[in-house]
Order: sequence, then C-alpha cells, then structure tokens
Amino acid sequence: MSAPHRHRQAAVAAPRRERLGLDADRVLTMYRQIMLARLLDERMSVLNRQGRAPFMISGQGQEGTQVAAAAALRPGRDWLCPYYRDLAFCLAMGMTPLEVMLGVFSRAADPTSGGRQMPAHYGLRRLRIVSGSSVVATQVVHAAGIAYASRVRGEDDVTVVCAGDGSTSEGDFHEGLNFAGIHRLAVICLVQDNEYAISVPHRLQMTVDSVADRAASYGWAGATVDGTDVLGVYEVMVEAVRRARSGGGPTLIDAKVTRFSSHSSDDDQRRYRPATELSDLPRHDPLLRLRSELLEERTLTEARDRELRRDCEREVEEAVREAEASPSPDPADIGRHVLAEED
Amino acid sequence: MAAATLVDAIRQALAEEMERDERVWLLGEDVGRKGGVFLATEGLQERFGEARVLDSPLAESGIVGVAIGSALNGLRPVAEIQFADFIHPAFDQIVSEAARIRYRSNGDFTCPMVIRSPFGGGVHGGLYHSQSVEAFYAHVPGLEVVIPSSPADAKGLLKSAIRDPNPVMFFEHKRTYRLMREEIPEGDHLVPIGRAAVRRPGRGLTCVAWGLMVHYCMAAAAEVEAEGIDAEVIDVRTLRPLDEETILESLRKTGRALIVHEDNLTGGFGAEIAAIMAEKGFEDLDAPITRVAGPDVPAMPFNKPQEEAFLPSPERIAAAMRELARY
Repeated sequence: MSAPHRHRQAAVAAPRRERLGLDADRVLTMYRQIMLARLLDERMSVLNRQGRAPFMISGQGQEGTQVAAAAALRPGRDWLCPYYRDLAFCLAMGMTPLEVMLGVFSRAADPTSGGRQMPAHYGLRRLRIVSGSSVVATQVVHAAGIAYASRVRGEDDVTVVCAGDGSTSEGDFHEGLNFAGIHRLAVICLVQDNEYAISVPHRLQMTVDSVADRAASYGWAGATVDGTDVLGVYEVMVEAVRRARSGGGPTLIDAKVTRFSSHSSDDDQRRYRPATELSDLPRHDPLLRLRSELLEERTLTEARDRELRRDCEREVEEAVREAEASPSPDPADIGRHVLAEED
Repeated sequence: MAAATLVDAIRQALAEEMERDERVWLLGEDVGRKGGVFLATEGLQERFGEARVLDSPLAESGIVGVAIGSALNGLRPVAEIQFADFIHPAFDQIVSEAARIRYRSNGDFTCPMVIRSPFGGGVHGGLYHSQSVEAFYAHVPGLEVVIPSSPADAKGLLKSAIRDPNPVMFFEHKRTYRLMREEIPEGDHLVPIGRAAVRRPGRGLTCVAWGLMVHYCMAAAAEVEAEGIDAEVIDVRTLRPLDEETILESLRKTGRALIVHEDNLTGGFGAEIAAIMAEKGFEDLDAPITRVAGPDVPAMPFNKPQEEAFLPSPERIAAAMRELARY
C-alpha cells in the first residue's frame, strides 16, 4: 500500500480495523496493553541494573504479537501455555503489573510461584495461564494434553502455546504438534520468531524461512505473519481461533518479530548481532507502528497518548513500590508443596 | 473373586477406577486395540471407548507430556510406557515437569497422574527390555515410586495411585506378571502408598527387597530355614516415600541387614536404604550391612548364561544370608 493511498484512507476512517470488527476503544485498549508491557519491561531492566532485581528476561519487540493474540481469546476460559517472553500476553490475559513485579522481586506473595521460579516463568491457574519450566518446548506437549482434555470434557476452550524459534528444534515441539494434529485438537501454536535463540541465528536453527511451512506435515493449518503488525496478527489469530473452536483443527502461526534486548540480563547481544541490525530496531517496534497508525486514523491524539503513558507509568510505579515492600519467602517454607499437603 | 495373576490385577484396578471415575483415562503405545504388549489393558478399549483408552503415537516424552496436560485440565491420566527401558526420552517431562509443577507453582497447579511401566529382567529381554530404572525416580522429590510384588498389592496399590493427588511412578516387574495367582480381597481393595509389608517374619536377619527380588528372597529364606537361619523378608512396595519405620523396627529385632535389588549395585536404591540403616539404626547393627545386586555393567545381556550371571538368584541370596548369619 502506498503512502498517499494510506493517507487518503485515514482521512475517511479505519477500514481494516472496522473490517475486523474492532471499535476504537478495543484498539486503544490493545495499544495501552502494549505500552504497559513495554514500560514494565523497561522498569524491570532498570531494577536489574540497579541491583534490585537479580535477573530479568525481556519481551520487548514482541508485545504487539502477544497482545493481538490475547485479543482473539477469552481470557480466563481459553488456556495459555506461555514462554518466558510473554509478559505482554500474560498482562493482556489478566495478570496485573503487581503480580508480575512480585515475581521480579521473588516475593512470598508472587502468585506464579511464591518466589521460587526465576522471573518471567509466568503461570496462574485463576487465568488458565499454565506454569512452565525453563526447558523449552515442553509446554507444546502440555498444550496438546490440555486440549485433549477439553475435547473429552466437551468444552470448546482453545489452548494457545507460545514458543520461540529455537524451541521448534526440540523433540517435544514435534511430539506435541504430531499428537494435536492426529486428533485435530483446538490448539494454536504461536511461534514468535525473533531470529535468535540466544545467539544462534535462524539459518542455523532450521532450513525453512518460516516454521509454518512445517504445518501441513502435521495436518495443521499454517500462517506466517508480520508480528509487528498488531491488526495483522489479530486477523490471523481470529481465523485460527474460529478454526480451533469449530473443530477444524490446530494452527501453527509464525509471527516474525524482532528481539530488542539481549537474551536475558546475563547476556550481551552486541557480541553476536551486527551493529547495523541493532541500530535498526526502532523500525520494527510494534508500539511505534501502532501508535502512528492510530494517530493517522485519529483514533489517538498526542494528548491522549501522553495521558495513557502517564497512566501506565503510575501503574508500574505502584506495582514496583508495593512488590518491593512485600516480604520475601520464609526459608522454613522450602519444604512446602513438594507433594499434596493435608488440609 | 477367583485367584488372579498380577497382570489380571492391574487390569482389574484400571477397569474399576475407570468405572468409578470418568476422569480416568489411559494412553500409551498399543494399549488400545491390542490391549498392551502384556495385555494389561486387554478389553478396556471395547469397554470404555477409544477416547479413554488411547493408542498414542510412538513417542514417550509426548505420552507423558500429553498426560501432564490432561491432568492440568482436570483428567486423571494413567500413561503406560511400554517398557521401562524406553522411559528415558520422557525423563525430562517426568522430572522437570510432572514432579515440579506443584512445587514451582507454590501449590497453584497440581499434576495427579500415574505412569505405569513394566521393568526388570530374566525374560530374555536383552539390554533394552530388562532394565530396572527405579533409582532414577526414587531420587526425585515430587514423585512417588511404587513397585508391587503380588497380585493383591498390585491391584490395591494401583487403585490408590490413581486416586493419589501426586504423580506416581508405578513399576511392574515383567517376571511377576504371571508368576503367581492370588485371591484378591473382594470390594474396593486399596493398599496405602508408603507402607512396607513384612512378607515373612523372622528374628535372625532383615532382608529388604522389591519386585521380583521379594520372591527370590522368600525362596532363599525358605532354603536357609532348615539351617536355623530365621530371615525376615520386607517388601518395601513403595520406594518413595519409603517406610523407614518398618525397616528400622525389623533391624532392631534382628541386628543384621541384607538388601537385595536387581538394579546394578552402584547408586542403586539399596544404597539409600543402607544409608538410612547406618544413620538411624547404627546401634542395632551386629554385622555390616550387606547388598546383593546386579553387577556394575551397563545392562543385562541377552544370552542365558550372562543374563543369569546378572540377575541375583535365590542361591546367591541364600549364600549372602548364610554369610550374614555367620558374622
């Protein structure tokens, strides 16, 4: 689409958004979720550098894909098996900044793990966000099992499982896709391909440009999408959810995203990513992209944008303050929840 | 109820629990149409349908991972790993996932499931159909490890395992599947997990074993009885959690301990039992703790002479009992 053409459309309305049945409020909500995740993520990084949080792992650059995917789901009903970059996804499904920050500070009240897991290992039964380990792709098989149970129980819930491009090389990725394909389960596997597994680039991870090319071999539908295009991801997800819920089987979505930060706070990506690639990152920012789209179609004004940002900043600050003041776990509780406890 | 073999007992337990609780489902290689390679699930697919007795793809990590997922979403899976020798690809799903879901979520998520698997040698299974793998899993907090040796126990323990809120590793010795028939108590027969059974009371020495080795220890005890050696045989039944009290109580009485297992010696679960005896029963010991176990070779050979050389026999166990009694 050429620039003048886009300009002419914007003056009229927002046809793509309207075609997708999204009113202005819903898109603004998505925009705010991306912004909140970004600010929270940036704050986590600062806390880490200040020595107040021992570890952090970032989802910056991938928030647009995640928020768009969540918007196509029924939070609290549909299942999410997340991976460690899914901060924005989990927030959009209903986790609060405070719940996230309690994990960052590994406090006793951390609802994900009571401060036991490293940060970013999101899970909350209340929201059907499934606890995961650090071993990548194990959750792909869990998603197949969850969806099998939904089938047996006669429920139309959809299970979304996220993974990075590196995870697609694991045996469990194959085993999960194979099982879900055989039984045409209501699973969506959302691969967030940020081109790097820590330092190993896409070309040393797989032979195909898009992992979605593998979908047909598992009896899955496949789709490749620009993961920085929020409405584009939403459209693909809506179709995948419709297919899954109606018994049409699973979908493998390859969302092309860019990882802004190093793999984790213990990594320095300047050692293995070209300088030109790193200086080019803002061009792949889903937040900036959606912002300019919304400004252009006048769904968003500069004043409203500033207001949203202040709002989100306040929310982040409150979460940091409350979480940091919250008590650490009691060493005496180390033996709890190994096995079921007597009531 | 007529006398049943151990494999009959397994089948009865599965059928009764599936009848009682519609959340219970089975998955594994060949468990459906064929009824399992040992026929442990024979007839269950006809009775309960394909969705609840599922022939899975040939992928052990997938079997366990799917079972875990279904447990997270409210079902009660009983996964079968066709031979314990093939369980290693699922080690990560069992140890990193099933065993830790409760702990890592601080009790938010639970993973009630059973993994059944035939183990053990003496059946011309060679290196990859003979292994004992219990020590790997007995090492892991968050799991329970159960090994029945008799039909009645197999039924009662499996029914308890299916109702248990924790992930349970349930190992069935292949040689015990049709070794004996036993009357199984009528009704809802449950045997609690975590309690050992004294199979043969005695005052001369304590012999601790599980699986097939319980039978071999009983045979050895019968053999040395005429020589005036009065061996007490304990079937631990549950390796994790271990019933330490029954073992230590026996040791207080006998002062002599023999531990027998089929798994190779080094790092076998017998080492843990020996350590517990040394730590908590040191004052009761009148002789060194003795172990009879498989040799430290990678696995059990297929040829008969070397298979026999691997597997502890009643004769070897009896010889160890004599030596211990003489000390």
